[in-house]
Amino acid sequence: MSAVSDSLVITRRNLIRMSRIPEMIIFGLIQPIMFVVLFTYVFGGSIQVGSSTSTQAYREFLMAGIFAQTVTFATAGAGAGIADDMHKGLIDRFRSLPMTRGAVLTGRTIADLAQTALTLVVLALVALIVGWRTHENFGKVLAGFGLLLLLGYAFSWIGALIGLSVRTPEAATSGGLIWLFPLTFISNAFVDANQMPTFLRHIAEWNPFSATVQACRELFGNLPPGFQASDAWPMQHPVWASLIWSVVIILVFRTLAVRKYRRAHG
Amino acid sequence: MPGAIYAEGLVKTFGDVKALDGVDLDVPEGTVLGLLGPNGAGKTTTVRCLTTLLKPDSGRAVVAGLDVQQQPDAVRRSIGLSGQFAAVDEYLTGRENLQMVGQLYQMKGKAAKARATELLEQFDLADAADRPTKTYSGGMRRRLDLAAALVVSPPVMFMDEPTTGLDPRNRQMLWEVIKQLVSGGTTLLLTTQYLEEADHLAHDVAVVDHGRVIAQGTSDELKARTGGERVEVVVHEREHIQSAAEVLRGFGKGETTVEDHMRKLTVPVTGGAKLLAEVIRELDTRGIEIDDIGLRRPTLDDVFLSLTGHVAEAKGEESDKKESAK
Repeated sequence: MSAVSDSLVITRRNLIRMSRIPEMIIFGLIQPIMFVVLFTYVFGGSIQVGSSTSTQAYREFLMAGIFAQTVTFATAGAGAGIADDMHKGLIDRFRSLPMTRGAVLTGRTIADLAQTALTLVVLALVALIVGWRTHENFGKVLAGFGLLLLLGYAFSWIGALIGLSVRTPEAATSGGLIWLFPLTFISNAFVDANQMPTFLRHIAEWNPFSATVQACRELFGNLPPGFQASDAWPMQHPVWASLIWSVVIILVFRTLAVRKYRRAHG
Repeated sequence: MPGAIYAEGLVKTFGDVKALDGVDLDVPEGTVLGLLGPNGAGKTTTVRCLTTLLKPDSGRAVVAGLDVQQQPDAVRRSIGLSGQFAAVDEYLTGRENLQMVGQLYQMKGKAAKARATELLEQFDLADAADRPTKTYSGGMRRRLDLAAALVVSPPVMFMDEPTTGLDPRNRQMLWEVIKQLVSGGTTLLLTTQYLEEADHLAHDVAVVDHGRVIAQGTSDELKARTGGERVEVVVHEREHIQSAAEVLRGFGKGETTVEDHMRKLTVPVTGGAKLLAEVIRELDTRGIEIDDIGLRRPTLDDVFLSLTGHVAEAKGEESDKKESAK
């Protein structure tokens, strides 16, 4: 009972915070919007996906990748927020209160989920403006966004663990971001993984991130003409693979983060 | 019957640094214990062990009649903690901060709201109640932090260096609040580097150094240990030093020390103000002109020096960092 109410109290606290630092949300939007515009107009037409090099095919192919990359940036937000709480002595205060142990982290990750949802809505609108379209029914499109949010939620638990492990909020921000670039680039997010060298292709196919991207392309009807999914299991069953990956990440990193929180020192 | 705060043989090691080396404490209900020591002496680590934030390697602690390691949740319901930093959310208003803490103490929303209003009044923050605490001064933040520790009026309070970094006016204000609190029957353990503060607020003082309590008692008891009062005289003319020394020898209970360059003479005495009057009369009779004379009681600084052989100051960044790091 108190696990739920404590988490909600902390969620509310973090949402109030976010609403009072609107520039954080705005900066969080600029990067993905820039990616949408740059990739669409700079690379569109010169990157072959499936059997097509048309600008429209790449445009539709690209969006799932950018959406997925954007949700994983929640890692940095959660990490910096929790590191800041540690730094300011708030975690000490919370730990001295008779509240549920995991609530501080759960509350933070739920607030991040809300922010991610808002970011996705804005980003989807920008994508529609530059010509992105879906070709499946509304339920499937919604399911695609559901998978994206779940992936973002899972990654915010990685961020929580990073935030508890570093000494400063700045370290949490960079620690939450640097590994995201290789992770999101060695994937099917921006290019067709089938055209990568064998070694990289295998990594890309089993990358948890690729599973969600592939699942979204299917659910949005954004697979380019002539696209052949590889034989790797996650690429054949991307929706399942995406769900399993996200749930496993949540279970593992939530356990580690809550354990770390119990022993945290401000 | 152990007191409201009781610790026995607390040991805590961080890597190869022994932060606590067998701390024993006993604070009777309704009293204030001042934990006095330099940076890195183990004050904060002791507080963290007593407030369930840190698990000691060995030893036992009982707070409000509850075993800290066996019943941490029950302990958390009975304590308030005001840490070294003002631990308030800077983007939340003062009111929102207090309400949040109230709810996390498992108060109902309405009760938490009412209590927040009450505390904001009490701590003279009503005017700033609905401003984000980012806009507060250091003193206001400290007061809010203290208010947050008092949301459920816990029977046992811990304050870790509550006035560090405050200007004299805010320090005075906080002292008043603390005195009020204690007159209401709260048991308080407070750590401080300020000898004056311990002297002012605490019934008992425990001096900590290198992770051990090296002395405990009332501040008068500790002062008595360093030897009693002294008469201090500063003569006007350098040539009067010798004759003044002769006078003091007649009244003193020990050796007279002379600091030539300051023209200052000091001698341990017993007999208080009455004796001081006699000394003045005698000096006057002999025509020795004086710039200053006084009866000096030992300060806690003297106590610390005589107990540890070094003055009460920071032992450098190194040990301090290690303490706060893990």
